[in-house]
Amino acid sequence: MSIVINGRELQFRPGETVLQIACRAGIKIPHLCSLDWSPSPSASCRLCVVEVEGSPKLQTSCTLIASDGMVVHTHTPRILKARRTIVELMVANHPPDCLGCHRAGTCELADLARELGVRPRQYVGIKKDHPLDISSSAIWRDPNKCVLCGRCVTMCHQIQGVGAIDYIDRGFRTQVGPGFYKGINVSGCTYCGQCVRVCPTGALMEHSHVDAVVSELGDPNTVVVAQVAPAVPATLSLGRSKPPTVPVMLEHLAAALKQIGFAAVFDTAFSADVTIMEEATEFLGRLQGGGVLPMFTSCSPAWINYVELHRPDLIPHLSTCKSPQQMAGALIKEIYPKYAGLEDKRIVLVSIMPCTAKKYEAEDLGDVDYVLTTRELTTLWDRFGIDFNKFEDRLPLDPPFAEATGAARLFASTGGVMEAAVRTAASLAGAETPTAPLNEARGLDEVKCFTFDVGDTTLNLAVVNGLGQVRTLLEEGPADLHFVEVMSCPGGCAGGGGQPYGTEAADLHRRLDRIYDADAHAEVHSSHENQSVAALYEQYLGQPLGEVSHRLLHRTYTDRSSGVLANDDAQTKRGARAGAGAPH
Amino acid sequence: MSSAPATLAQPAELSREQLIPLLQEVQAKDGYLSQTAMTELAQALDTPVASVYGVATFYNQFRFAPLGEHVIEVCRGTACHVKQSLTLYQHLERRLKLRPDGNSADGRFSVLSVACVGACSIAPVIKLDGEFYGHLTVEKLDALLDGIDKHDTESPTEPNQEQPTEASHS
Repeated sequence: MSIVINGRELQFRPGETVLQIACRAGIKIPHLCSLDWSPSPSASCRLCVVEVEGSPKLQTSCTLIASDGMVVHTHTPRILKARRTIVELMVANHPPDCLGCHRAGTCELADLARELGVRPRQYVGIKKDHPLDISSSAIWRDPNKCVLCGRCVTMCHQIQGVGAIDYIDRGFRTQVGPGFYKGINVSGCTYCGQCVRVCPTGALMEHSHVDAVVSELGDPNTVVVAQVAPAVPATLSLGRSKPPTVPVMLEHLAAALKQIGFAAVFDTAFSADVTIMEEATEFLGRLQGGGVLPMFTSCSPAWINYVELHRPDLIPHLSTCKSPQQMAGALIKEIYPKYAGLEDKRIVLVSIMPCTAKKYEAEDLGDVDYVLTTRELTTLWDRFGIDFNKFEDRLPLDPPFAEATGAARLFASTGGVMEAAVRTAASLAGAETPTAPLNEARGLDEVKCFTFDVGDTTLNLAVVNGLGQVRTLLEEGPADLHFVEVMSCPGGCAGGGGQPYGTEAADLHRRLDRIYDADAHAEVHSSHENQSVAALYEQYLGQPLGEVSHRLLHRTYTDRSSGVLANDDAQTKRGARAGAGAPH
Repeated sequence: MSSAPATLAQPAELSREQLIPLLQEVQAKDGYLSQTAMTELAQALDTPVASVYGVATFYNQFRFAPLGEHVIEVCRGTACHVKQSLTLYQHLERRLKLRPDGNSADGRFSVLSVACVGACSIAPVIKLDGEFYGHLTVEKLDALLDGIDKHDTESPTEPNQEQPTEASHS
């Protein structure tokens, strides 16, 4: 079947929209509301309108299902005029503080205005006056900059299945926010940050730690050290024309971070190996000792938030292991000062993460002082004049937390923790360590269920790719699961809420390829074979799940479900009684 | 206080399509939509609270604060508008110190702005506790309210424990 767009005959598959076909052919039709993550666009922005021959009206190409022989024009004078007017009307109500906006340079609205030739002050509208929402430690909202495209709502409801925000009120007063106009901190938001990653303007943002980190770097009384999550080098390597391997990219990162004042740079993948030692031991303990099964992984902080806020009944199923970020935090704060002879100094630990929820986790559990997302790292480079994609210096990562295995590198992808855990669990159970890639766990399928034999025990395993699929697994998945990996973000950390704006499904595949490549070329593939980890257990931790590791590497969980949009009714009544003393 | 409508007894039969009728049912029973009621409804419908609140705030028919003892409906239809009904409304705002939710500072009065009440011949018109008052001026309105104040002071009703101070600022 074929369709003609702007005179070009293009083939398509049944069910495809005109927008999808055009995008694939390199015809750029502007669009704000539709996302390639969601099958059902809201068609609210109207920017993707096209002309179809034989039809008098402009039609939204995001909802227009192609039919054989359709003749479409995407950039006629009539369409260009309509699109320009749409954006001019958006700009009319938009705050004029573009110069100080954190999206300066990455704003899709600004890009559209430029591309469509928006005339300055063509329409002058009332400006919105919503309060900023800075209630949470992870995600901030500025509803005044919102263009109501609804991408965040699509992400939160359709993809992540959380529903913390929605359209509130109507007409000019419409805003996107939590119920009862409350702060995002009590909305049931998991801080996964998928809304931030898809926001076209400055309406949603991470709570930035860039300024704080810059001032810590300038403080002579502190020693600022960094840990870098495995998804970050995999992502940043794709910014270069010849993408370096993940370990090489880490060395570029270490050199650049040290140039701007970091004293040491550690690999979070090291603590991912430690996580696997603890988690695999915990799993085998549960399996052999009749503990609560299935056991769920606990690496993804938005998933932890989801359980604590929405599914507290699952708390006994969560692994008690801290996430790699927090394990690294505890180990660095405990061991590094003595190791480096810095016991009289204040150590400030900055995590560089693909994640917004890590900011909440760091605040909740301590040890990690600041968290920079992949996006904020770019801001930090800009602040210090580092042209990172041309930065060729390399420095090794710093001991004692430098060595990481291929298994740990896999943590950045959906299914990676499962694959890493299976390797070590098999070995700990006395079976042979699997060496071939665990293809059942890899790839971007939403829910992957499979079995794996360890000795004569058959394990039922599942990998959940995105919070929205948790329900699918629990309602439709097998009942006798033993171990489940949940990554909150589609694709795992590679598609994390702190990853670059404009991440598309194709970017996820490229990042996963970098991650699988890092495992394939690693010298050591399994966490229990990491010599530095073995040394750590020998010199410091003793046994996995031992007394020291229990103190440093494990955590507890809290049922926080009653705090989700706890209502103000009682308070309203109390206030009324207090006020009722006045004579009528 | 539980504001769950009776129909919530059969959760299996509930679906999201029933949200608006259920909100209407709650409001008919309670006089307004409390946060408790909306949260319970959201749970019963297996829908995020944000979505329930989003639907409720979209429609003008829903209130988010309890009604006061006296309800004043100011007609803002075309005929009343031409006859200066906005002046009446603004006078009520000042005299009763109206909050954003339309309730007076002391919670005794609720002022609603309504579309045409079908009494254009006596515009501008208000409905006070169900009674129509037409050909109004600010002076006549003051006299009406003075009368209510006098009546309430001489024969006070039971203090209403449910009185609002403020609800969500929709």
